[in-house]
Amino acid sequence: MALIELKHVVGGYGGAPILNGVNIAIEKSDIGVIVGPNGAGKSTTLKAIFGLLKVTGGTIEFGGENIANSLPDRLVPKGLSFVPQEKNVFTSMSVEENLEMGAFTRTDDFSGTMAWVYEMFPVLKEKRRQPAGELSGGQRQMVAMGRALMSKPSLLMLDEPSAGLSPRYVIEIFETIQRVNQEGVGILMVEQNARQALAFASKGFVLAQGQNRFTGTGQELIDDPEVAKSFLGG
Amino acid sequence: MDELIFFINRVLISGTVLGSIYALGAIGITLIFGILRFAHFAHGDMMTMGAFVAFVLASALAAAGVVLPLPMGFVVLPVAMIITALLALGIDKGFYAPLRARGAKPVTLLIASIGVTLMMQGLLRLIFGSSTKSMYVAGESKDIFRIDMSWAGGTRPISITEPQVIMFVVTALIVVALHLFLTRSRLGKAMRAMADNAALAQVSGINTALVVRVTWVIAGSLACVAGTMLALDVALMPDLAFNIVLPIFAAAIVGGLGHAYGAIVGGFLIAFAETLAVFNWTAVLRPLNAILPEGMALPANLALVPTEYKLTVAFVILVVTLLVRPTGIFKGAST
Amino acid sequence: MSLPASLSASLQSPLRRGLILFAAMFVIVVITGVMQGGASILLILTQATAFALIALGLNIQWGYGGLFNFAIMGFLMVGGASTVFLSYPINPDFWTSDGPLMLGRALLAFLFGLCLVLLARQSHRIGITGKLKTTLVVIAWFAGYILYRSQIDPAAAYIESTAGFVGGLGLHPVLGWAFGGLVSAIIAFYIGKVSLGLRTDYLAIATIGISEILRALIKNMDWLTRGTMTVSPMPWPTPLPQNLQAMGFSISESFIYARLGFLALAVLILVLAFIIVQRAYGGPWGRMMRAIRDNHIAAGSMGKDVTGRQLELFIFGSILMGIGGAMLATFTQIFDPSGYQPINHTFMLWVMVIVGGAGNNWGVVLGAFLIYIVWVISDPLAQLIFVNLSVLTDSLGWGAIPEIDSRALQMRVFVLGVVITIALRYAPRGLLPETVRREG
Ligand SMILES: Nc1ncnc2c1ncn2[C@@H]1O[C@H](COP(=O)(O)OP(=O)(O)OP(=O)(O)O)[C@@H](O)[C@H]1O
Ligand SMILES: [Mg+2]
Repeated sequence: MALIELKHVVGGYGGAPILNGVNIAIEKSDIGVIVGPNGAGKSTTLKAIFGLLKVTGGTIEFGGENIANSLPDRLVPKGLSFVPQEKNVFTSMSVEENLEMGAFTRTDDFSGTMAWVYEMFPVLKEKRRQPAGELSGGQRQMVAMGRALMSKPSLLMLDEPSAGLSPRYVIEIFETIQRVNQEGVGILMVEQNARQALAFASKGFVLAQGQNRFTGTGQELIDDPEVAKSFLGG
Repeated sequence: MDELIFFINRVLISGTVLGSIYALGAIGITLIFGILRFAHFAHGDMMTMGAFVAFVLASALAAAGVVLPLPMGFVVLPVAMIITALLALGIDKGFYAPLRARGAKPVTLLIASIGVTLMMQGLLRLIFGSSTKSMYVAGESKDIFRIDMSWAGGTRPISITEPQVIMFVVTALIVVALHLFLTRSRLGKAMRAMADNAALAQVSGINTALVVRVTWVIAGSLACVAGTMLALDVALMPDLAFNIVLPIFAAAIVGGLGHAYGAIVGGFLIAFAETLAVFNWTAVLRPLNAILPEGMALPANLALVPTEYKLTVAFVILVVTLLVRPTGIFKGAST
Repeated sequence: MSLPASLSASLQSPLRRGLILFAAMFVIVVITGVMQGGASILLILTQATAFALIALGLNIQWGYGGLFNFAIMGFLMVGGASTVFLSYPINPDFWTSDGPLMLGRALLAFLFGLCLVLLARQSHRIGITGKLKTTLVVIAWFAGYILYRSQIDPAAAYIESTAGFVGGLGLHPVLGWAFGGLVSAIIAFYIGKVSLGLRTDYLAIATIGISEILRALIKNMDWLTRGTMTVSPMPWPTPLPQNLQAMGFSISESFIYARLGFLALAVLILVLAFIIVQRAYGGPWGRMMRAIRDNHIAAGSMGKDVTGRQLELFIFGSILMGIGGAMLATFTQIFDPSGYQPINHTFMLWVMVIVGGAGNNWGVVLGAFLIYIVWVISDPLAQLIFVNLSVLTDSLGWGAIPEIDSRALQMRVFVLGVVITIALRYAPRGLLPETVRREG
């Protein structure tokens, strides 16, 4: 059974629907990557899963139930986590407090998870008393991922985690995502660095105008001449 | 020496009293702004309402024949705080929450808070009349402590009243408790998180509705403390706090809206600025007359600002802050 | 078709909706008139007309421009004080005393202080910059303030002890009203300059502060406004009841005709203002204002001078407030600075505009009349309820309700709060919403 499965999802921000039938299925072992032109509805898809906008059609199945239109405070305990594209850290709070906020829905002891996050991002441990607003762009992205991991999700969704990072950081972030995936967390992410992202994705989805255009393994999409021509810049 | 004692009585003690009240009110305003993003104009009346709740409870105790060594209004404070907090929750549920649910702009909520102000002012006067009341319902006397200063060559004592002492202690306790709450507790941190970035707080799974409720509970109960203390120090009347809502807002803005510590600092800053501005410096500088040349004696009243214009002080500080550093002393919310 | 259905259908069309609501208001006026008597309803209507003028001013600021103004009370006081100065009879005691001379000196001191400040602000031209310049400016402010106080304090004390206050200039009250508008405009210019760039909630606090400062000034400058000792009787632009009585009218008739005369003048001014405001709204100027209001940033990036336009709105609106405030003071024949309250003179105007329909001038006028009538009749209605309740509690042996009069008076404040809350919740765009015409 798929970890999460979107079937013909339709939704929008109140006006005309932005999503016109999106289909996505991800296994626990998958790294799924959504690519597509600007305004295609990639971010909107992630927000729709996370209950941040109204889903008016289709189903979103996660852990065997339809979670369409559930709010984050119910989804996070179920094992869903989301790193938004922008403003994804609490700038006035320390790194450690940011992580604690990720664990807000947990009632058990989360010190083990925190140690795990620090182990994955050693630099955060050094800076754990510093306000997150004082960190560099790459470090902030780590704080944001760390925060999302604190709830011990089974599916981690990331919106353009590499946006605005230098090429060296981009690789580092992708490697980290791969490690998280190997530790048993399914990944669904949106990426602008399409070719690079598809190269390490196990599943790829090309979205345009709120609909799937192509679906396949990452490599299949890269090799597809049509995808390459229209969406990967030749 | 007497000049110094006069200064302590008139500036230090009065300023601290006023500062405590401003700070407690400003904390509520700043928290509400941080979480709900609107200027809660009805906060002054929430303070008044809290004072009246304490008054009713104290009167009931007194009528039951209870006699206690402390002012009755102070003894009932914990219960009054709970009741005021519940009333604050009810006001939010009845008047603000429906507008938020509709996605109304902050300015609509601001206007709604004017509506709440009008209703509360009207109701309080409807029920209790417009007259001034004493919080010392059991006929307790307002004890005054006099600290004899003759050992230092003073002829007059430093005097401080019992409610003032209580107020210092209670304010200090509240500030410490609030600090611990905001920095140590899960909910307190969630509150800071939501003030920092409400969208991300929601995404993190923080129960934002719960945080909103906690905000009203804190704001309401602190308003009750501030109002009751003010009524104990001066007297109880329906427009008790409406008149000081402007300096309280000034305190919150000067401290940086959304910033609890800023509100405390801002409260004391405004209070001392007001007290010093209307303070008659001649009283302290009188010894100078001995060394000043003939005909240059200090005038009888040497205050920077006439007492009638005390209100302008808070306002001038506010305007200067808005022009020079709109985010306030501590960097408050700027959006 | 059932009656409610047809009624709700006809409420859909803005024009019919407006007609029905105005007709309903007319009925309320007539009923109130029958219950309270002709002189009384004329009193209510005249004051409501003045409030409608003020509400139009707020509508220009808030409805057209989205500018928050909590300083309405301040402008009403300014208008009142201005018309006192222009239209109250001349006070010979003042003009024959040393008062004018001393005031002249105070004015000189003021101007000198102003020069000091202006010079200090230009000090960078002779090479003084940074902290040093700031210090210099602060010192100049301080020196100017001390200098002015050193002249005005004795002058004020002298005038208050010899002549009472400066009195008026004895000109026609309508000139006084115009003067009230002018002074308001000048004050609005400076307030707007300083505060219009602020965020809405800061603007609310800033303007309420300004309003309180204006009140403190007018209340305490006894030499100019007589302060809490109040100025009365203010002359009317139309015949007073006394004049009519001298002409042979009976007392009750004299009140009706005198108020009718005043009302006619007030309505004339309201109609004039309405036409101007309504035309401006439909014209290119109004279009630009709405563009700025609805899309602040885009209009700014289109190269439009947003702050300049907003300043215009703020001044224009404040002029109407000043005139309205002057009319109110003249009509009641007494200028009493302690009679001004934020509830009666600021918040009530907001309720009028919100309930009527911000942005729609017809709606705002409707709202002004409706709310003012509700405000006025809440008091006797509450009295009635209380008196009956009191009889009940008395008969139950709980004793009569004390202080019925003062309590009933508060009922209207409560009712005002209830009305605005209900309006915000169920009709946020008002009884007659702004009809947004789509361009192009
Ligand atoms: N909060 C919102 N309210 C209304 N419409 C929105 C909102 N956010 C996005 N949209 C619209 O939804 C459409 C899809 O936006 P979305 O952010 O999902 O695109 P995207 O694929 O993530 O693009 P990008 O690559 O630029 O991030 C766009 O046309 C956008 O204008
Ligand atoms: Mg996007």
